[in-house]
Amino acid sequence: MSSHDSQVDQGKSRKRRQAERIAERASVRLGPTLVKIVLLGLLDAFSVYSAFMLAARRSWYFMAAVIVVALVINWIYWQQGHLAAKYLTPGLIFLLIFQLFAITYSAYISFTNYGTGHNGDKEQAITSLLQAASTKVPNSPSYTVTVVQCGKDLGFAIANDDGEIQVGNAHTPLHQVQAASSDESGHVSKLPGCQVLDFNDLLSRQDEVTTLAVPLSSDAKQGQLKTSDGQTAFVYKPSLEYNRAKDTMTDTTTGLVYTDRGTGAFVAEGDKELKPGWKINVGLSNFTSVFASKQLRGPFGQVMVWTIEFSVISVASTFILGLFLALVFNEPRMKGRKIYRSILILPYAFPAFLSALVWSGLLNEKFGFVNQVLLGGADIPWLHSAGLAKIAILVVNLWLGFPYMFLVCMGALQSIPEDLSEAAKIDGASAWQIFRLIKFPLLLVSVAPLLISSFAMNFNNFNLIYMLTQGGPAQTGTGLNVGSTDILISMVYKIAFVGADKNYGLASAFAIVIFAVVALVSAIGFRASKSLEELN
Amino acid sequence: MVNQTQTQALRTAPSPGRSIGPSRWTRAGLWFRRTGWRHLVGIVACIFAGFPILYVLSASLNEQGTLISSNSMFSSVSWGNYFQLFHMPQQPYGNWYINTIVIGLLTAAMSVFLGALAAYAFSRLRFTGRRVGLLALILVQMFPQVLSIVAIYLLLDTLGEISPTLGINSRLALILVYLGGALGTNTYLMYGFFNTVPKEIDEAAEIDGAGHVRIFFTIILPLAAPILAVIALLSFIGTVSEYAVASTVLVSPEKQTLAVGLYDFVSQKFSQNWGLFSAGAVLAAIPVVVVFFFLQRYIVSGLTLGSVK
Repeated sequence: MSSHDSQVDQGKSRKRRQAERIAERASVRLGPTLVKIVLLGLLDAFSVYSAFMLAARRSWYFMAAVIVVALVINWIYWQQGHLAAKYLTPGLIFLLIFQLFAITYSAYISFTNYGTGHNGDKEQAITSLLQAASTKVPNSPSYTVTVVQCGKDLGFAIANDDGEIQVGNAHTPLHQVQAASSDESGHVSKLPGCQVLDFNDLLSRQDEVTTLAVPLSSDAKQGQLKTSDGQTAFVYKPSLEYNRAKDTMTDTTTGLVYTDRGTGAFVAEGDKELKPGWKINVGLSNFTSVFASKQLRGPFGQVMVWTIEFSVISVASTFILGLFLALVFNEPRMKGRKIYRSILILPYAFPAFLSALVWSGLLNEKFGFVNQVLLGGADIPWLHSAGLAKIAILVVNLWLGFPYMFLVCMGALQSIPEDLSEAAKIDGASAWQIFRLIKFPLLLVSVAPLLISSFAMNFNNFNLIYMLTQGGPAQTGTGLNVGSTDILISMVYKIAFVGADKNYGLASAFAIVIFAVVALVSAIGFRASKSLEELN
Repeated sequence: MVNQTQTQALRTAPSPGRSIGPSRWTRAGLWFRRTGWRHLVGIVACIFAGFPILYVLSASLNEQGTLISSNSMFSSVSWGNYFQLFHMPQQPYGNWYINTIVIGLLTAAMSVFLGALAAYAFSRLRFTGRRVGLLALILVQMFPQVLSIVAIYLLLDTLGEISPTLGINSRLALILVYLGGALGTNTYLMYGFFNTVPKEIDEAAEIDGAGHVRIFFTIILPLAAPILAVIALLSFIGTVSEYAVASTVLVSPEKQTLAVGLYDFVSQKFSQNWGLFSAGAVLAAIPVVVVFFFLQRYIVSGLTLGSVK
């Protein structure tokens, strides 16, 4: 009896414990709420900090953006409901900042002349022009200077004949200081709060010392002191003079007058430009020059055609080889299929940027394996002749891309029911007919979207081109830094970041054009394959 | 086994003369027509696929370390290049390696998490702008980040003035930039997979009193593990291979990734640095290849799922 009771009790308490556990799980738990408070707290702290920093820099738009975003995020997460927003916000924030904002900003840059020589606003350009254009004043008196470091900045200290000592650096003109002393040679030996550079310091910081210019007084026309040896300095004055009323720059040595003609730089007769200029809005001129300027239209057209050839041939060749191998291996009686498959997908598993570099070694003209061993010491310029480089790129991309197509086709083939081909066989169809009329159309239905995305991927296959040929061999006689194998995206990268003349505006204009092309091609492709119709 | 193949061969053999009992030659011919030629094709394809990798392995073990000496494959075997790799003051290979792994793993983990959150919303919740949102995601991800690289550079330059940890030459900033692409294709693939997880399961959990957070973490995520693994791997491989953005953001050598460091290293003195580069490439590829083969099954099913969906 009693034992039975205790059994019932035990059963009850087990059930109660179970119920409690479920109730506990169902109720709002402390953990997630704490996590939420901590994360939002961190975010708010960072937002407030950034807002202050931006206010200090007077970037009002950015400050407003930060505050609005922070408020919206807080509102979303402290509200009941709005579940979808709660799940979408984390990813969307990154998407908004680093994709959408970046795209919009690219669009904005594409309407400017931003790039080397056009980096800042007009005031910055004027200041740096005046500073850079300083020449030594003829018969300038020589000053005995001591190079000193006060805080982070290097400066000059000068003792004049009366024993007064003056100090100045690039930002503050020479001014008198107390409690300093100089030795008999006229060099300053002690300066409170500053360190006197000795000979070794001067040697190791030669570049800094020789570029240092210290204004003589707050009036810029008085000129600046510069030294070439860290011992003696001379007066330098700007050879340019800015006339604020007329908005012109005059070269005092030649008398040439440079005016602002709205091109983002001071220009004189004969289109002589002063560098640096400044950033201006150039409207559609980057876009029109892509299509209309003779210098750009030619290279752009070539690159465009090659990009399309490259993407189409790459997709087709990898698909054909992948499909062929999938058909070959789609035979249950064949032994060792797993081993073959493991080896065949090696190129897909090996990081792509390394593969391209390895291939550039294999195809090296003088020392590469292909020329030296396979072709017995031939001198074939695989990567240095326009035509061969294109072929090399296509072969390497075939190597890189066929395993993916092989895997996809294997999967797709196996999902096609066997009885379809059995039935066709009974009706007397040949193997080729079964493939052409039954398997291939079915396969295409499932593989078509992948072919489109593979096209888009190859269209922007920066790594392969840049690592294998760097877009080379170079084409001479074009207005742009483009080679014969450059595709659009590597061209954009090179215009923006490679070489001495960086043109951000033009690069961004190209980027927008490329985006339009890819979006258009993909839209047409997706429409054709109707793959998006399944979204519901 | 032999019997089975024989009978199968007999059944389909058209000529009546052979059905009496095939001679050794005709049997070999049959074998060749049936599967033998497939092996031939397979061997040729395997040489094409495997040779460059075998070559880089041999070059990494070649102690002379030049491009031309690497042509005589496996003529000398030493680990010298691998040791020297970690003793180059100008090229901190160890740092590159750690940077790549850390940046790759963090980006992959965060991408999967952010993508899964969004995919959950698209798959399970009904809200206005859902369909448009999905289409917009696909459209936006067609604009590769390399194209907006100028804007990203300028954006980070500005951010760096607020806080240097988010500016140019910051590894964290690079991760954040990569996370800009965390939605897009990832969400689309996961959305397809989440749809195949029966809704009844989370409805049952909801009746039992589980909240949406709980359903997401304890039901959806574990059930979708295969696709999460695929996305994580693809994202990891993509991040490891990425050159253009990384080379723009990461300036100083000790902060760079393998793609940036190794490329700059090998492009400086191409034919002399070959052995070292090869050793670096082999070490760099090992984690990716190992994980790839480990997850191979999921990748194949994930790829075809994404395509058939």
